[in-house]
Amino acid sequence: MNVQAEIPYKASAYKSDLKPVWCPGCGDYHVLLSMSKALAELQRKPEEVAVVSGIGCSSRMPAYLNCYGFHGVHGRALPLATGLKVARPDLTVLVAGGDGDGFSIGGNHFLHACRRNIDLTYIVMDNRVYGMTKGQPSPTTEPDWDSALSPGGTGLSPFHPLVIALASGANFVARAFSGEVNRTAEILVEAIEHPGFSFVQILSPCVTFRPEQRNWKDMIHPAPVGETDDPGRAARRIMTDDNFNIGILYRGTRRPYDTKSNQNPKALDQLDTGFAI
Amino acid sequence: MAEPKKTYDTLSVAITGSGGAGAMTTGGLLLDTAAKAGWYGLQTRSVGPQIRGGEAAALLRFSTQPVEIHGTFFDLLVALDWLNFKSFAAEIRLTPQSIVIRDPASGDLPEAVVASGAKIVDLPIKALAAETEGGRINMVALGIAAGILGLSQEIMAALIDERLGSKGEKAVSASLACTMTGYKSVEAPGIKMPLTPSSRTGDKHWIITGNEAVGLGAVRGGIKFAAAYPITPATEILEWLSSVFSDIGGTLVQAEDELASINMIIGASYGGVPALTATSGPGFALMTESIGLATAAEVPIVVVDVMRGGPSTGIPTKSEQSDLNIAVYGLHGDAPHVVVAPISIADCLFTAQWAVHLAEAMQVPAVVLSDQFLGQARAVVDRPDNLAFFAKRQTVTKSAKDYNRYALTANGVSPMALPGMEDCQYTADGLEHSPRGSPSTRAEDHLSQLDKRQKKLDDFDFGQHWADIDGEGDVAILTWGSSTSTVVEAAKMVRAEGIDVRTIAVRLLAPCQPEQMAEALEGVDKLLVVEQSHSGQFLKYLKAHYDLPTKVATLHRAGPLAIDASEIYAEIKKGLGA
Repeated sequence: MNVQAEIPYKASAYKSDLKPVWCPGCGDYHVLLSMSKALAELQRKPEEVAVVSGIGCSSRMPAYLNCYGFHGVHGRALPLATGLKVARPDLTVLVAGGDGDGFSIGGNHFLHACRRNIDLTYIVMDNRVYGMTKGQPSPTTEPDWDSALSPGGTGLSPFHPLVIALASGANFVARAFSGEVNRTAEILVEAIEHPGFSFVQILSPCVTFRPEQRNWKDMIHPAPVGETDDPGRAARRIMTDDNFNIGILYRGTRRPYDTKSNQNPKALDQLDTGFAI
Repeated sequence: MAEPKKTYDTLSVAITGSGGAGAMTTGGLLLDTAAKAGWYGLQTRSVGPQIRGGEAAALLRFSTQPVEIHGTFFDLLVALDWLNFKSFAAEIRLTPQSIVIRDPASGDLPEAVVASGAKIVDLPIKALAAETEGGRINMVALGIAAGILGLSQEIMAALIDERLGSKGEKAVSASLACTMTGYKSVEAPGIKMPLTPSSRTGDKHWIITGNEAVGLGAVRGGIKFAAAYPITPATEILEWLSSVFSDIGGTLVQAEDELASINMIIGASYGGVPALTATSGPGFALMTESIGLATAAEVPIVVVDVMRGGPSTGIPTKSEQSDLNIAVYGLHGDAPHVVVAPISIADCLFTAQWAVHLAEAMQVPAVVLSDQFLGQARAVVDRPDNLAFFAKRQTVTKSAKDYNRYALTANGVSPMALPGMEDCQYTADGLEHSPRGSPSTRAEDHLSQLDKRQKKLDDFDFGQHWADIDGEGDVAILTWGSSTSTVVEAAKMVRAEGIDVRTIAVRLLAPCQPEQMAEALEGVDKLLVVEQSHSGQFLKYLKAHYDLPTKVATLHRAGPLAIDASEIYAEIKKGLGA
């Protein structure tokens, strides 16, 4: 065994030396800190953790962590992570991204990743806006939010990611707030340890295009009731909440996707016998 | 002295019927019987879009020599009924020498059959089937065809026993009785077209489809992960992989769409497991963005595109060579990648295995352009040689500080660290990056990484596999993919007259090999380009990348009507001024 592995990893061991592209005050800085703390709490070796993302401000996350990372194309982080985890079940695979990446362009993958229930942890930094393209409404944006692309608002009801995750079969559903670094880290620890697909929505303010989100710190509150393993109860609660209660809302018991492959394989040269005449 | 009985070195047989009549089963058993009896053969199917109840034609060719294309004309047509015959009448061309077996109870002959002048032989197929309890007309038809071709009853009976055994003793005995009835029914009218006894011997032969051969080549090359989204005509590759992965320790995930399947294989390969997906045009179009990602992030993957008629949904069940453009040029940005194409059914194995080797060696995406004909045709082939190609990726074997994933190396290939390797953590990225892998917008990083990715392909030695070249002379036929077998047959016809002709079948479409092509074309002053595309994509591709002789003729046509060897023959003769 490597000597270094005996030394406990501090949170700082999971951070790379790259300077984030994020604006000052962006909630994603705190999420980076929470992720580092969660990994330190779990003492996962940085080289045995992979962080996979798509495109957007929050999708820049992998490069800021000192883990293996993959910054893929817009919306496809979940299938990328799915292939990696199935091929390499020994790794801890985290998926990070934003609301546009996950719920709009990547919406179909979100449904099927929940349904497939592979042991991944999906962290969505939800700021209800496309930030990298400078302020367009996303699927979680309020219907009356004014923007150059949709003057006067989209007029569309926001997408409800937690309920959709639940309905699609996610095994763990939680909401966190970026400003609560330690609480978020605790939730991430639980999510990573939970077998199967874990979904954590982190409210992460965009102070540049949604400055009013600075007030989120005063709006969030702990979930009034504890977690449940009953998806029906969880769904009712999430559907009727104010989108600001924080905590683990559902922890299911569904069996995760079996990633084990045959460990006693046949020789390749036996494969062609079926073609002989 | 009695005149020796005429025998046939090659015979083409069509068995047609409405969907569910069992024409395909009949064709399959007929091919298997002939294969076991020592002949070479080929079976394709012509079907409509209906899942059941449409039309189905089993198109077969038997020969004493390997065959991978149909003949121009069919010698024998056994029609179970005429319900949907017009859907594929154009593909079953008959001559006055052809024999058509029809059941008088199945109504009037289609116009095309009458017009051909083929000899019509009435046999009461339905009535013969009714003689046996539970008898089926397709089994009578099997007996009829086998009787006319002079195939062994014993081999046929043994096959029926083996294939239909699971349906119960009653079904087997009914089928056997029907085939014997059919077999005997051709004796009285005296219709015989016996195949020349085959000299094919030994056990070094397979009966295989191109899709199966692609699957076998892929796993022999080292593929251990596949992501699958069903699509005609590629699904059989994925189903075959699924069936063998449990044996060899591989994994297949069914994806929610092609955007997912391409990214799943990129993820698996990033983790160090050689990975493949198979699709057709519509799925390939969806995958192109992420194939670019694999190019930029330098993750080896293999994508098989089994081409069908396009654009859009096109003709899913029919062959065409019209995805050449998208495969070679379809990625945005300057994105060097590999495109290879099998030139025969057996070559599907070679090309797929080679593609795995190329992708892994250069850490690039490799696209394999097969097509519906190669993929779904089932043929008796000489067993391909075992190949030495196996996935050999250059990886980091020892932990090292200051690891640069995208280091600029002499040949462009930089060792890849796999997750788990200590101190070598990096972020694979579709963003342009520095050698370290950090996102970069600097001109010098962009240029040096573009150069690096291009160099990997430029410096690679593809050896002689880039094309199959045969013959000599100042006339050459240049082709690719499934058109190759037709070109080879046409060249034989030309050479049989003592005329030299050169054939060049390109297996490596990207990167281009201008030096090798120049060598292959040395001394050629007349060139014929043959392909199955409406717009002549291959010709335009050749003109863009290669120095061609001044006299270039082209023979190109949209699918599904295959270009015939006789057309190529005529074109060559015309070009020679004959």
